[in-house]
Amino acid sequence: MLEIKNLHVKLEEQDKVILKGVDLTVEAGKVHAIMGPNGSGKSTLSYVLSGRDGYEVTDGSATLEGEELLDMEPEERAAAGLFLAFQYPVEIPGVGNMTFLRTAVNAQRKARGEEELSAGDFLKLVRQKAKTLKIDAEMLKRPVNVGFSGGEKKRNEILQMAMLEPRMCILDETDSGLDVDAMRLVAEGVNALRDENRSFLVITHYQRLLDHIKPDVVHIMADGRIIKTGGPELALEVENNGYAAILAEHGIEGVL
Amino acid sequence: MTAVEKQTPLEARLAAIDLPKGGAFTAARADALARLVAMGLPGRRDEYWRYTDPAALNAPMAPAAKPFEASDEAPLFNGMDRVKLVFVDGVFDAEASDAPELAGVEIARLAEAEAADIHWAQGLYGTLETAGQSPVVRPFAALNSAAATDGLLIRVTGKAAKPVSLIYVHRSETSDPILHHVIKLEPGAEFTLLENGPAGARFNKVMEVDVGAGARFHHIRAQGRDHERRAVTGIFARVAEGALFKSFTMTVNGVLTRNECVIDMVGDDAVAHVAGAALGDGASGAFHHDDTVFITHGAERGESRQVFKKVLKHGAVGTFQGKILVKPGAQKTDGYQISQSLLLDDDSQFLGKPELEIYADDVKCSHGSTTGALDETAMFYLRSRGVPHEEATALLVLSFLADAIDEIEDEALKDEVVSRLEAWLARHRG
Repeated sequence: MLEIKNLHVKLEEQDKVILKGVDLTVEAGKVHAIMGPNGSGKSTLSYVLSGRDGYEVTDGSATLEGEELLDMEPEERAAAGLFLAFQYPVEIPGVGNMTFLRTAVNAQRKARGEEELSAGDFLKLVRQKAKTLKIDAEMLKRPVNVGFSGGEKKRNEILQMAMLEPRMCILDETDSGLDVDAMRLVAEGVNALRDENRSFLVITHYQRLLDHIKPDVVHIMADGRIIKTGGPELALEVENNGYAAILAEHGIEGVL
Repeated sequence: MTAVEKQTPLEARLAAIDLPKGGAFTAARADALARLVAMGLPGRRDEYWRYTDPAALNAPMAPAAKPFEASDEAPLFNGMDRVKLVFVDGVFDAEASDAPELAGVEIARLAEAEAADIHWAQGLYGTLETAGQSPVVRPFAALNSAAATDGLLIRVTGKAAKPVSLIYVHRSETSDPILHHVIKLEPGAEFTLLENGPAGARFNKVMEVDVGAGARFHHIRAQGRDHERRAVTGIFARVAEGALFKSFTMTVNGVLTRNECVIDMVGDDAVAHVAGAALGDGASGAFHHDDTVFITHGAERGESRQVFKKVLKHGAVGTFQGKILVKPGAQKTDGYQISQSLLLDDDSQFLGKPELEIYADDVKCSHGSTTGALDETAMFYLRSRGVPHEEATALLVLSFLADAIDEIEDEALKDEVVSRLEAWLARHRG
């Protein structure tokens, strides 16, 4: 599904190298988790994959089902099936959540040469998906993320994911700012989307999200590289011992 | 003695105008002319004309402007239940208009009413305009009161069941209409006025609005799609106790637009909101849009809001000069002013001058002015959802304009305005 090879990235306007050769393969239907200390490059990886400005790829590649993502505009990546659930979903005053969702869904359909959804079909679909995420009609009417609580914002991200039906979902610290109940709701939303043709890359600091969204593979990222890969037990090891031991094993210091 | 003495610019301007004489408004017109002669025409050195060059407005003849026929969209407010009154190049077109009849509303034409010796508007014509000349002079409004050839005199005694919709058609390349409306809302009356269209190659319009106690006045205006027309307009309003005055203006084209709005809040608990959304694309021709607002709080617990938004690209220029004056004793005033511009490229320019002058100690007044580009984070968010750059730009522009558009209370009118803004955005991509 997603194949990242030797990815090197620096900040566009500074001489700061953030990713120093990331290699990662996410197979179809699998959930991979990336854990790592602050500043290890986790969020940068998610931004570079989805096409945010401000980064320069100096080496390497990232392909989605064989197509080079790094050559595409952000909207092309989305139409190709990539989705990033933001750590900090953006507020857009004056644009209704429904308008936003419909514009996004139809833009992607158009880009893929599919017919746009009619207003009626769209409404039916959004109501059905919103219900399982406990998103009420009021939240759909309000401007995008404006006045939403932390939990509502993250649920809204998952609703977008459910509506857009991407093949590759990246969740960037989706658990941040969520209480236990909100996290469970979000995790249920994600789990409902698990499918043999859909893959997930879950970026998180903490093991607790992975109690709810069970990963197949766990990677530890530090200093711009994946330094260790294992099964779900690796997340527990981090939870119990912290990152220090693993980092020391790889001779990485001073990044905590 | 030379055969031809050099005329002053004002003399040249007046020489080109056939000043109406006689009838009910003779005294008011003579007074306006005298005031105009005393103040003269404005120049770039005048404080309130520093950002806008009045040369084209001062010129004796209107600079030629090609009328623009919009073939790609239905006329604004089409199909709405309204009383439609049409002016073509400033001349009333009875045939294209509805009968000027509406329960609770008296409508007369200035040109006809003037023939009488006595008219209810006699005590009002030029009065609010005169009051609005201090402390800042507004020569084009005085010129208007002196020289207006037509306009409407509207007295509202009840709650009007539907809006009166004024349509200003531009047909002649050199038309130079001067229209003057007087609108009086008796206590408790309710009235909505719609205006749209470019009106002429050069348009000078004044609207005096007297809002009686507890009355409610709504005004929605769109200034037409002509690229080349020039306009100078003045709204002079007096808002009585517990009355509401709301005005929204959409401007999407024009070489030059100067919209002045002067509001005097004379009664306690009065509310006045003025809002504007202007979109300028210098690629279709020059675009210069100027909002100049002066709101005076002269009574207690008044609430005023000024919300002006401008979206500019390809060398378009926007200016805002807005003032809130709180007089001594106007306690518990709540005054708010925001002027913002969204510059879609590096060629465009916004000049803002917010002013507060407060002589009461228990008031809440705030103002803000910002100039910025599209929010990159929001842009990335939309694009990451698959919305292409151009479409995302349109959404973010509407988002930027939302506060101004929200000043339109009527949902159908709001939708109508939004649809025009969306159409503009679709026409002006890139």
